[in-house]
Amino acid sequence: MTAVTARAVRQQQAGTPVELLGLRRRYGAVNALDGLDLTLVPGELLALLGPSGCGKTTALRILAGLEQPDAGRVLVAGQDVVGLPAHRREMGMVFQQYSLFPNMTARDNVAFGPRVRKQPASERRRRADELLELVGLGSHGDRYPHQLSGGQQQRVALARALAVSPRVLLLDEPLSALDAQVRAQLREEIRRLQRELGITTLFVTHDQEEALSLADRVGVMRAGRLEQLGPPEQVYHAPATPFVAEFVGAMNRIPGRVVGDGHVEVLGQRLEYAVDRLRSPGAPVEVLIRPEAVLPVPADAAATVVSRSFLGPVTRISVSSPQGGLVLADVSSVEAAALAPGTAVAVQLRRHPVLVRDPR
Amino acid sequence: MGAYFLVPVAAALEFALRGPNGTHSLAAFRDIAAQPELVPMLTVSLRIALGTLLITVALMVPTVVWVHLRLPRLRPLVEALSLLPLVVPVVVLVVGVLTAFADAPNLIKGTPAILALEYVALAMPFSYRALDAGVSAVRLPTLVEAARSLGANWPTVLLRVVVPNIRTAIVGSALLTTALVLGEFTMASLMLFDTFPTWMVRVGQQQAGVAVGLSVLVLLTSWALLLALSIAAGRPRGATSLFRRSS
Amino acid sequence: MPVPTGGGRRKPSAAVLGLVPFFAYTSVFLVLPTVSVVVGAFTDSAGRFTLGNLSAALQEPYLTALLTSLKLSLVTAVLGVLLGALLANAVVTSPRAVLLRHVVSSASGVFAHLGGVPLAFMFIASIGSIGLVTRALQAIGLDLYATGFSLFSFAGIVVVYVYFQVPLMVLVITPALEGLRPQWAEAAHNLGATRPQYWRYVAGPVLLPALLGSLLLLFANSFAAYATAAALTNGGVPLLPIEIGSLLSGNVIAGQENLGKALGLEMIVIVAALMGGYTLLQRRASRWLS
Repeated sequence: MTAVTARAVRQQQAGTPVELLGLRRRYGAVNALDGLDLTLVPGELLALLGPSGCGKTTALRILAGLEQPDAGRVLVAGQDVVGLPAHRREMGMVFQQYSLFPNMTARDNVAFGPRVRKQPASERRRRADELLELVGLGSHGDRYPHQLSGGQQQRVALARALAVSPRVLLLDEPLSALDAQVRAQLREEIRRLQRELGITTLFVTHDQEEALSLADRVGVMRAGRLEQLGPPEQVYHAPATPFVAEFVGAMNRIPGRVVGDGHVEVLGQRLEYAVDRLRSPGAPVEVLIRPEAVLPVPADAAATVVSRSFLGPVTRISVSSPQGGLVLADVSSVEAAALAPGTAVAVQLRRHPVLVRDPR
Repeated sequence: MGAYFLVPVAAALEFALRGPNGTHSLAAFRDIAAQPELVPMLTVSLRIALGTLLITVALMVPTVVWVHLRLPRLRPLVEALSLLPLVVPVVVLVVGVLTAFADAPNLIKGTPAILALEYVALAMPFSYRALDAGVSAVRLPTLVEAARSLGANWPTVLLRVVVPNIRTAIVGSALLTTALVLGEFTMASLMLFDTFPTWMVRVGQQQAGVAVGLSVLVLLTSWALLLALSIAAGRPRGATSLFRRSS
Repeated sequence: MPVPTGGGRRKPSAAVLGLVPFFAYTSVFLVLPTVSVVVGAFTDSAGRFTLGNLSAALQEPYLTALLTSLKLSLVTAVLGVLLGALLANAVVTSPRAVLLRHVVSSASGVFAHLGGVPLAFMFIASIGSIGLVTRALQAIGLDLYATGFSLFSFAGIVVVYVYFQVPLMVLVITPALEGLRPQWAEAAHNLGATRPQYWRYVAGPVLLPALLGSLLLLFANSFAAYATAAALTNGGVPLLPIEIGSLLSGNVIAGQENLGKALGLEMIVIVAALMGGYTLLQRRASRWLS
């Protein structure tokens, strides 16, 4: 890859910083954005993650200039762009689906940005072919969108967005309409391209796996606000709020109680956790523990394996325990062989709880 | 934009209500009700409409369904035939009908039955399109396979599975067909039949107010019916494109 | 009368039998009359082949009627396409007015399909010599009829025809306008295109096949219309359908019994030729569709 890639990189600008400050947007009675503050570091890929209706798409569209905020500022490279129409913002955007112009070939789609910028025909054709090559569709330039698969269409859309050498790349759930295999593949490719080009990128998704695997930082949104912003590992292992803990990854909620000096007792085991001072020893709590922190061990104990589902390298085991109800455990598929449904097990907890909160 | 439709309607209402010396009264509408021929003529046209409707539904629903299920390859041909009335103007069709059926039994060519039979054909560009759109919108093959696998025979499938699923399309095309029949003047007048529209023109030559009042009534009634259907169906219709969607 | 008797006897191996009722019906009530017009156009009163009917059909007074019909159809089709597209676009792009869309689409359905006679009367009431609009214009010092306008003239007929052309346009173009995905406009703006550029490079070309088809349909619609002109003018403006109608009603010179069929053939050929041309054009304009 190679010469083409290198040349394309050189045409990109160095990463641009982006700041969203106090963004507000209402639709009738719904507060889509309720004072959102978000800063994108130059060259990073930031994923906004959240359930539908949390405001993540609104934030992206306001940055693109496709919607106006009721209040707040949008700074791109330090300059307020609110009021600047979309077509003068120099941003590249990839939509969920169906955004390619149906009346143009893949090449003409990619060359559209250069075309409205009045670049000479030969130059924009060269640029389009170069970018199609970059996304692995060098031989598909003459195809119309309906002759391309969903994954190919999104590649063309990506090439089209990059063809204008945008200051910021905006990805609005670009993978959610694709099937799993294509999705994983294109995800890697987006990551590779974004790294090579060093372009500041905002990626909106409701798929936590996508956000965690792709982003430099993940912002989890809820009801128009950021719940947490941090590297994927932090969001996963140290969620700031119960909402983040449950939205990102699978989670067990097991009843337990506070014991003295910063520990909780759960499933008969003492685990270290900095319980805040207000909860007195003996207070009932709900303990949030990831499935991979749970290890069922065959033993003459009260808990039983209920079911087992193979997920590839790991196998998810459901254990019914008298104290904790149904508990999920992710164990390596090798260990899982000994854990057929009906097996009596003891449940061991291997790691600290992710979060401890008052019982509901 | 609303004025575009409203001005003629308002003007027609005003005209119909106009009395002598700049007064306005409901006299014209009393006159309408007092027309001895109103009920007979309306009956004739409604009977033609009913006949047209029944034939249209009985002929077009199975045809459209069958084409979708079994013979998608023949769809262009069926479509082209259904569009033929757009190529052959009604006046010309009348000439042809009078020639082709000159020797037909009087039961067909001498009664308004021939009007109903031809109106089915005239309505085809729209009835075919409306039904085709309706059938395309539901996943017909899946539905029918499911019903067939449960042992239903074809008439049952058609009546119990297909028709309920495309009833909006059926009602929509039925209403437009009715509107077409209640307004069709060319064929009726040239074949020398007396129907509601030809009678209206005849009345209009003596009592313009009555004819204008009738026009308003007919238009507003059809409009109200179509609007009710449109709202009941949940999305604006009455519109069926004659073209494939461009996307 | 061939009406399908349900489907019990249809066998999968003979699926084509299912379409026999439809083909039989259209053959008898559409194709047969059409064929008899075509054959009759080449037949003299003694049943022999002739080109006399056709040559008479291309002479006065029918030549004027043909030209007037063509002119009327072209003018009202172009006006209908322009005004109808604007109206439909205003409705489709109006953000929350669901009721407005219901009202406009149902009103269009009624105006376009009920057509003819009621519309003619409503126009007599509006811009006839004692119509409301005419009198309102007089009240502000504008005498419509002093300008030489008459509802029963060419200009008057254009006004009335436009009233059923515009709703028809709204009906046929609305689905195409709804087919314009908002993402296309947004992507275009995002890539730096202004609104005019979006219409020129994307929306225009995408809509072109539908617009061409609409133009043709509206042309054919005007070209074939008889009722409105008959109810309004009593033959004051020479139009081809009116001439055919009056030939039918008995104003036939001996030896020209089949002249009406020749005029009919003329109309069919013109519309069919336009359809053919449209098909070719459309194929070019929508390479990207198939």
